[in-house]
Amino acid sequence: MTQDQSGMFGAAGTGDTSGYGGLVRQAVSFGSTERPYGSYFDEVADDLERAYPDFSDAITRVVVDRGELTLHVKKERLVEVAFILRDKLRFEMCMGVSGVHYPERTGAELVALYPLLSMTKNQRIRLEVATSELDPHIPSVVEVWAGNNWHEREVFDMFGIIFDGHPGLTRILMPDDWDGHPQRKDYPLGGIAVEYKGATTPAPSNRRSYR
Amino acid sequence: MTTFDPYASSRETTEGTVFSVTGGDWDSLVSEIGESKEERIIVNMGPQHPSTHGVLRLVLELEGETVTEVRTGIGYLHTGIEKNIEFRNWTQAVTFATRMDYLSPIFNETAYCLAVEKLLGITNDIPERASVIRVLMMELNRISSHMVALGTGALELGAMGPMFFAFREREAVLDAFEEITGLRMNMAYVRPGGVSQDLPAGMNIKLRELVKTLRKNFKDNATLLIGNTIWMKRTEGIGYLDLAGCTTLGITGPVLRSTGLPWDLRKMQPYCGYENYEFDVVTADTADVYGRFLCRMNELEQSLRIIEQAIDKLDKLEGQPVMVADKKIAWPAQLALGADGLGNSLDHIREIMGTSMESLIHHFKLVTEGFRVPAGQAYAAVESPRGELAAHVVSDGGTRPYRVHFREPSFNNLQSISAMSEGGMVADIVGAVASIDPVMGGVDR
Repeated sequence: MTQDQSGMFGAAGTGDTSGYGGLVRQAVSFGSTERPYGSYFDEVADDLERAYPDFSDAITRVVVDRGELTLHVKKERLVEVAFILRDKLRFEMCMGVSGVHYPERTGAELVALYPLLSMTKNQRIRLEVATSELDPHIPSVVEVWAGNNWHEREVFDMFGIIFDGHPGLTRILMPDDWDGHPQRKDYPLGGIAVEYKGATTPAPSNRRSYR
Repeated sequence: MTTFDPYASSRETTEGTVFSVTGGDWDSLVSEIGESKEERIIVNMGPQHPSTHGVLRLVLELEGETVTEVRTGIGYLHTGIEKNIEFRNWTQAVTFATRMDYLSPIFNETAYCLAVEKLLGITNDIPERASVIRVLMMELNRISSHMVALGTGALELGAMGPMFFAFREREAVLDAFEEITGLRMNMAYVRPGGVSQDLPAGMNIKLRELVKTLRKNFKDNATLLIGNTIWMKRTEGIGYLDLAGCTTLGITGPVLRSTGLPWDLRKMQPYCGYENYEFDVVTADTADVYGRFLCRMNELEQSLRIIEQAIDKLDKLEGQPVMVADKKIAWPAQLALGADGLGNSLDHIREIMGTSMESLIHHFKLVTEGFRVPAGQAYAAVESPRGELAAHVVSDGGTRPYRVHFREPSFNNLQSISAMSEGGMVADIVGAVASIDPVMGGVDR
């Protein structure tokens, strides 16, 4: 997930004699989860494999973490998988798209997550699709779930992921002529230092941060 | 051409004639439009319009009085809450989340905290008293939020009376909030691990009194509106959206339940112990503005039922903790009322400053640095007054959220305004918007 971390207070190379400097925490990496997944997740995976013969090719990883199932889908196959999930597995609701920017994941910096809900079966799963910053294209699922229209516009606005096939992909929250995509990690938060009674509080992004 | 009117000027553009209207000048506008041959006009409704629930902009294309197209402009209240949260620690983020949908702050906080607790793996360690208080606060909040929906909704359709009653009830609930949390709105009361402080002494008695008053007072609005001919004419068959439309647009909450589907996360996917309460899921079958109004109206009684059960539970849980036992997570909030208001309890300060160095370090570290949350992601959804409100929280293992995304029901549900209003009359748009009950703070975040 992230790099290994060492020391306390994010300080490196200081004269830390407390012993905390030697503390190393290993980064967590999520591989594919082995079966059985538990809960209703095995049933969902089985049903999807049955309904969708290309399962092993389209779905690169199946992750079960904290009681939630995440299917990592190749972006070229997203719409196919989405149709199968909606029509055959009855995930009739998509609760939107959430973008995440991981600058250190070279080639898969931008991630779009689709939380799906099946009201018929009372189940939830999540689709995860990654793409590169250099080629920020992901197919749109608006033709599958029309309600994703605004959500995809928001992710485009905030992360610059271009949803191919979206009926009108324009900015939705920021002004139309805005430069950049505010929720990317390399986009600064902004803000100014505030002085009050002689003491200065720096802008949030300039405050000391603890790793 | 009529004579020049500084308050209703017109100019020619490539798109056609553009009229600017600033109010109180309809005569000159009507006479000018009357001269043009074209039937189709485009009207900008909002972003400053009294019946658009804040800063919502609707671009209406009209043929006479019939609406042929509705386009929505949002973003006027975008405050970058999701980005800001990435620069604060896990507990501070609550202060931001509570300000999104300002009519349902407790729900925002709870959705976020449930997601963080899922990431921490402490979902089952939350003390029962904390969960009961959360449920109590959420249901009180549902009442105060529905009161705005009903009151302003009626006001926008021309009924002045219901708003007075609705705001009287809302005030009573907000007073209770003030007594419990110190604030009427944006209280940052629900924290990862529990709630920030216990109920003040004697609150249970006051809450029982409040329930009694509310139950009596709700009848005023019910008798005013339910079955009222004028009200029915403005709401029945208006803003129709059936179950298929709701599913494809991802609509939840009273709008979905007005189609007859009893989908309520409190029943279907219970959280905070909702499975231990007796209540009914309210539905209507008309799928129109009137159905949504009835749903909200009847949900009030169900909320009161839950509140009563919560107070009973609180009686039994008197003196139990309201914050998770793990001192590596629990915010050191030993609060007490001093001469200068609510603050850290002097006993607590005396202890950490005078007798326990370890406690002092602990307090300092937890407040300045915050706790770490194991890497991963979680999605937690609650049934807010407007539908499924969910927080998608990503952690990289640090002391600050890596990414927090809120799935806001207002944002999602507002998409349906085109489907509800196109083909109808201009005047009915107001009713349709009111029946969705969007809160722009939540839409734009």
